[in-house]
Amino acid sequence: MTARAVAKRKPAYLRKHGQILVAPAVIMLLAFSLAPLIATLRFSVTDYRLLFPDVTGFVGLANYRNLIANPDFWPALVNTILLVGFVLASTVAVGLGLALLLERAVVGKSVLRLLVISPFFVMPPVSALLWKNLLMQPVSGFFAWLASMAGVPAFDWFAKAPLLSVALIVAWQWLPFATLILLTSLQSFDRDQREAATVDGASSTSIFRHLVLPHLARPIAIVVMMETIFLLGTFAEVLVTTGGGKASTNLAFLVYSQAMLQYDIGAASAAGIIAIIFANIVAFFLVRAVGRSLEV
Amino acid sequence: MRRVRAGSAALTVLAWAAALLLAFPLLWALLTSFKSELEALEFPPHFVSFHWTLDGYRAVLADGEYFRSLVNSLVIAGGSSAFALALAIPAAWALAFAPTHRTRSILLWMLSTKMLPAVGAFIPVFLFYRDWGLLDSKLGLLLLLAASNLPIAVWMLFSNFREVPGEILEASRMDGASLPQELAMVLAPMSLPGIASTFFLIFTLAWNESFWTLNLTTAQAAPLTAFIAAFSSPQGLFWARLSAASILSIAPVLVIGWLCQRQLVRGLTFGAVK
Repeated sequence: MTARAVAKRKPAYLRKHGQILVAPAVIMLLAFSLAPLIATLRFSVTDYRLLFPDVTGFVGLANYRNLIANPDFWPALVNTILLVGFVLASTVAVGLGLALLLERAVVGKSVLRLLVISPFFVMPPVSALLWKNLLMQPVSGFFAWLASMAGVPAFDWFAKAPLLSVALIVAWQWLPFATLILLTSLQSFDRDQREAATVDGASSTSIFRHLVLPHLARPIAIVVMMETIFLLGTFAEVLVTTGGGKASTNLAFLVYSQAMLQYDIGAASAAGIIAIIFANIVAFFLVRAVGRSLEV
Repeated sequence: MRRVRAGSAALTVLAWAAALLLAFPLLWALLTSFKSELEALEFPPHFVSFHWTLDGYRAVLADGEYFRSLVNSLVIAGGSSAFALALAIPAAWALAFAPTHRTRSILLWMLSTKMLPAVGAFIPVFLFYRDWGLLDSKLGLLLLLAASNLPIAVWMLFSNFREVPGEILEASRMDGASLPQELAMVLAPMSLPGIASTFFLIFTLAWNESFWTLNLTTAQAAPLTAFIAAFSSPQGLFWARLSAASILSIAPVLVIGWLCQRQLVRGLTFGAVK
């Protein structure tokens, strides 16, 4: 066969094999995302309780109406928004400051990065329990010692402000992510441009406002969207610290407690759909943002 | 010039202070893990002038639960990552070297499946797993976490493979290499660094996954996340033991994470931040 014949055959060869090779991954994702999504939708309009498995039937939007009337629902929704909002605001603001600092630091850059990135690799139950016990415990925790040094009474974190306590722990876990991404894009910032601006007599604040911040707008948007997707699912931190309780229950925990503690599959599925809708609003923008940088 | 140097010295000191502050909870846990239970609870706390002991570690290791959870974590994280790669490498080959008019939408669709919150899929998966005997099984978790990390793996490998010149693969094809040979003997060796960092990133994510692992296991298949979560009971009062167990559970992925932190940005932002 001549090279030319092979080249001619190429498109068909690639098309055929390409379809075969991409198929297993597509099937796997269909099975574990689209199929459960459809099933959740179906359960959410069904009367389905694990204690009475025989009584099932289409109930329209009754589960959603019950969910909205459920006294646990609105606090869970508000808690979810507060948790996500607090963590986003604090990780982006502190992460930006930290990234600017790390970029300027001159000694021990790689060790600095290791220290800063570490909390991201800690599994949620570990960070939640270490914070709750070693740091926030009001009798012999480290923060209680700091308070005693400052001469103020120790704060009982989980009794007085359970949601804030959980939010602080989650923010600590996600701060490295925001910092690392902002640092990476700061380092790709065109140094020539900055030097040219300095030579032209621009002050460092105006360089920051007119050159650096616009350059960071996109990575900040990506951080906000990625974190939102993950934060909507915050679960383990709530489970191991407060074990629910109205003050710290979020949507993810509500789904869990409706299904696993109340055995109400229909209501849990309706709550799950609400969580999906929230995630999808964010996902819409995220997929568009990623799609713009994808050259295919 | 001197002012600039003084300024950057100050910034460096500030950066170190901030970094140590951020890592402090882990450093504090490391110190506490070497204390006796009595000294761990002492108030005011001692920083280094305490009686250093390995009792906390001994207590954790003496309990067979730790080793079983460690093995479960290794099997689930390692198995799911290997399985995800086995699906992602062929898929990424197809998307990178045999693009069609659908390639772009397949990639974006895969990304969008990652946006489905776990709680949205939890109930059907739980019921299905219950009926198929996959609850509290390593296999069940392995499959689930493989699917959950598959989009990240495909995207990371896709951007890696695109840096491989397609002519080399074509040449191997003309020399009579079959497709499996092309993948295993030409493409894989050339993009080994990319494949390795993809593996380590999804391994880390699977190791730390704490929604499915806590909800779908009870005893037999429980990995380290569940082992640690059990400390939320009154056992959590044993601070030295909790600290030792925590250090033992996070150390492996901490080291892996340090080694491939640069790929983290690319992998977790789906190439949108470089």
